[in-house]
Amino acid sequence: MKIVTVRRIAQIFFFGLFAWFCVVTTVGDRWWQLRGWPVNWLLQLDPLVALGTLLTTRTIYAGLLWALVTVVLTILLGRFFCGWVCPFGALHQFIGWLGNRRKKHAERVAANQYRSGQVIKYYILIALLASASGGLLAEVLRWPREKPAAGLVVLVASLILTLWFAMQKVVNGWKQAAEWFAGLLFIGTVLGFLVQPEALVASSLQIGLLDPIPLFQRSLNLVILTAFDGLATASRFYLAAWSIAAVFFAALLLNWWIPRFYCRFICPLGALFGVLVRWTPWRVGKRQGECRGCELCENNCEGACDPFGKIHPHECLLCMNCLRACRQAQMTYGPNRSAAGEEPSPGITRRGFLTAAVSGLAAVPAVRLAGLTSQNWNPGVIRPPGALAEEDFLQRCIKCDQCVRVCPTNVIQPATLEAGLEGLWTPLLNYRVGTSGCQLNCIACGNVCPTAAIRPLTLDEKLGRGSFADHGPLRLGTAFVDRDRCLPWAMNKPCIVCQENCPVSPKAIYIREEFQVIHDGERTISAVAADRLTLDGAVLRPGTLGTGDYFVRLENAAAGERHLITDNSAQEVEFAAPFATAPSAGDRIFLEARLQQPCVDPAQCIGCGICEHECPVSGLRAIRVSAENESRNPRHSLTARS
Amino acid sequence: MSQANDFNQLARRDFLVRTAKAGAAIVTAGGVGFCLHDRQGPAANLAGKTVSLPDFSLPASTAPKLSIVTGADRVKTVNRALAALGGIERFIQSGDRVVLKVNAAFASPAALGATSHPDLVAEMTRLCLRAGAASVIVTDNPINDPQSCFALTGIARAAEAAGAKIALPMASSFQPTTLAGATLIKDWPLLIEPFKGVTKLIGLAPVKDHHRSGASLTMKNWYGLLGGRRNVFHQDIHTIILELARLVRPTLVILDGTMTMMTNGPTGGSLDDLKPTNMMIASTDAVAADAFGATLLGKTAASLPFIGKTAAAGLGTADFESLNPVRDHVD
Repeated sequence: MKIVTVRRIAQIFFFGLFAWFCVVTTVGDRWWQLRGWPVNWLLQLDPLVALGTLLTTRTIYAGLLWALVTVVLTILLGRFFCGWVCPFGALHQFIGWLGNRRKKHAERVAANQYRSGQVIKYYILIALLASASGGLLAEVLRWPREKPAAGLVVLVASLILTLWFAMQKVVNGWKQAAEWFAGLLFIGTVLGFLVQPEALVASSLQIGLLDPIPLFQRSLNLVILTAFDGLATASRFYLAAWSIAAVFFAALLLNWWIPRFYCRFICPLGALFGVLVRWTPWRVGKRQGECRGCELCENNCEGACDPFGKIHPHECLLCMNCLRACRQAQMTYGPNRSAAGEEPSPGITRRGFLTAAVSGLAAVPAVRLAGLTSQNWNPGVIRPPGALAEEDFLQRCIKCDQCVRVCPTNVIQPATLEAGLEGLWTPLLNYRVGTSGCQLNCIACGNVCPTAAIRPLTLDEKLGRGSFADHGPLRLGTAFVDRDRCLPWAMNKPCIVCQENCPVSPKAIYIREEFQVIHDGERTISAVAADRLTLDGAVLRPGTLGTGDYFVRLENAAAGERHLITDNSAQEVEFAAPFATAPSAGDRIFLEARLQQPCVDPAQCIGCGICEHECPVSGLRAIRVSAENESRNPRHSLTARS
Repeated sequence: MSQANDFNQLARRDFLVRTAKAGAAIVTAGGVGFCLHDRQGPAANLAGKTVSLPDFSLPASTAPKLSIVTGADRVKTVNRALAALGGIERFIQSGDRVVLKVNAAFASPAALGATSHPDLVAEMTRLCLRAGAASVIVTDNPINDPQSCFALTGIARAAEAAGAKIALPMASSFQPTTLAGATLIKDWPLLIEPFKGVTKLIGLAPVKDHHRSGASLTMKNWYGLLGGRRNVFHQDIHTIILELARLVRPTLVILDGTMTMMTNGPTGGSLDDLKPTNMMIASTDAVAADAFGATLLGKTAASLPFIGKTAAAGLGTADFESLNPVRDHVD
């Protein structure tokens, strides 16, 4: 079998596997549901996810260790992931083929030329990793003050490194970069003595914006698969899906212009692999420096790595199309470097590196000037159960939206700008959307989260049972009754749907029973019969007072004495039983509604939002949850004691 | 011929062809515009087609209407309760297509008693199939997420194992209905899809505390056939129960008082909210069944306005003792 055929089979296999994992990311134990499928496997194989979270948290969470396999294989073999595994890459390759299959040889060669712009993806990578490194940097900068000995070592080491690099003849970008890094470290260390570094730099994990695996995951989950959602369940809604779709389809359409545009110019994961393949023992190249020059090798070159001329090994995706195309069997994959020479550097310049790194680093504190992670936190951002405190959450969430997909009630939504720019496409709860609020007996989101931005809870922890009994249940926020909109509070209408649906025991919503005189309810009796009274004044709507909720109170009756109305006509109200002491014409009476007015006990409320979901005031709900009292941040507590 | 001549001839022919095509395009555009022209614009409140449920109740007979069996084992008590009314064969004949309207309102485990018990649903399914039913469909439009409700309550697994089909409510399962003379059920979405070709309807409800209506029993259980933002009807809870009892005329209702939710209803959430009352009630008279069910909650029928209203509307008997209920006990 030809190697290209094997590669295609691998691509189709991994694409199918990826799509299948997206499909089965729904709660349930059928074979086409979650049960035991390793739905995060491709996210775990993605070393950018592992590296990003490593920088922000200094740990590699659970299955993210799979990334080591990819890293080791990449160092040995080259960018096999891009050419053989990546499902997003496979899709680009297919669309690029569709868009360019009618083009002439020369046009295709031109489309597949190496372009200097391909270096942009490295800058994107650098900027994204720099954003993730702020916390680490702050920690290093803190050393001089906190651990003077360690600080001194760092200071001396940076000084020596800088001097050493300064004395060396600078050969290419990487050494320059290292030199500058050392220089910066030195300056930073000095700065660390003078200023508070943590006030200047912080980490925010933004790789998910462009990392192809999370990007494709959320696009498939929240855009493509919605077309089929209606088959098995009620159709689902996703708030920010339009922006996810826009990015996804723009990335796809760019293939019409240049095949694998995204892979060549944007993909930060590809850039990471490009860095890793520097020393690969095996690589693609030519046997002889000179050949017939037909350039068939560049006809279908997926990486635009220039196999005909000086090959760019960091751009080569191992698509192996050149091996197949060359009629002279010039192209090989083996231990030798290309006879036509290699271009060893991706072309990162010192200036570019610095610009990208400083921009990435500075972007985080710039975005945080809005205060959304501190004083100006948005109470509308209600994170899924088990989500970490906001700053820690933003250091882990890769915006894959697996939690959004798996949520059985569709209450988890991808954010637009509710959590600020850095919170784009992160999960938050919207209780108006979906089939009910956050379900009491569900812990799916945390258990599917590949990075523990949402911790994997047990039901015991979520509900505050067993060994968690002392902690009480996990709270997402607190429900607040809007007394200006609530029917029993504002409009004298019985309701209490919220109290009825509150799922905790004892209920967090309790009732205050009140009798309220209704609109036009102060009347004078004009005639009395055995079981009915005729009233003066405005006409009553027949039947409306006989619902079991309305009473007559005589002005001079004993306190608490009321008579249930069983029916009414335009001027008469009826009673089931006659009065013990009959009133007489001319007496004043009050028509009253018995109201059960809902109140929230913050000690019981877990913020599940089922009340908000069910509230019959269907526009702006009369009971709404906001994030006050959320468990994930004790500084947002509402009550003095919980 | 000169070249200029040639050019002119070709240009003339081309011009004529273009003119003809342009003319055809104008005629088409004009025709389409004229045909689709709407002078009025949309009318206010387009009332669509409405559906209604058939009357599933049995013709009046002298057979017993109400049975009350004490015992803790639902399978045994429901069998005995049905036997007391003349056996399941009185209600289900060969070839019948049966809907079991369960209460699957909440995504909570069966042990918490907020929903119909899976043992009971499974046994009713088996009984119907044994009596020759062609199919048994279990349905409800729950309050929490439908799939989760049917899964977590255990109803889906038990019913499917016994041979029933679960009909989950989808957007397409609802059609508007209007109840003649009603004040609330007017052009309101009704869960109709599961009732296609159905000949018998059995309601299965647990006995639960309910703050707004006083009690959630067999007639309140029909709430689960409504769609839309039905919660607005809580403003007039007793009237909506009355209208539901008029809209839905079941073959039989089973009220499961094995465990009664005394407090924190209708969701419960704790075993402390439940009390073992060990009763199974089968009846062709939902009003009588509910009137008896009220006593399990420590209430009287008179204190629940919906019972008085439904009795007054001729839908059943509030004084259940007057039906001479068949009483029995199984261990």
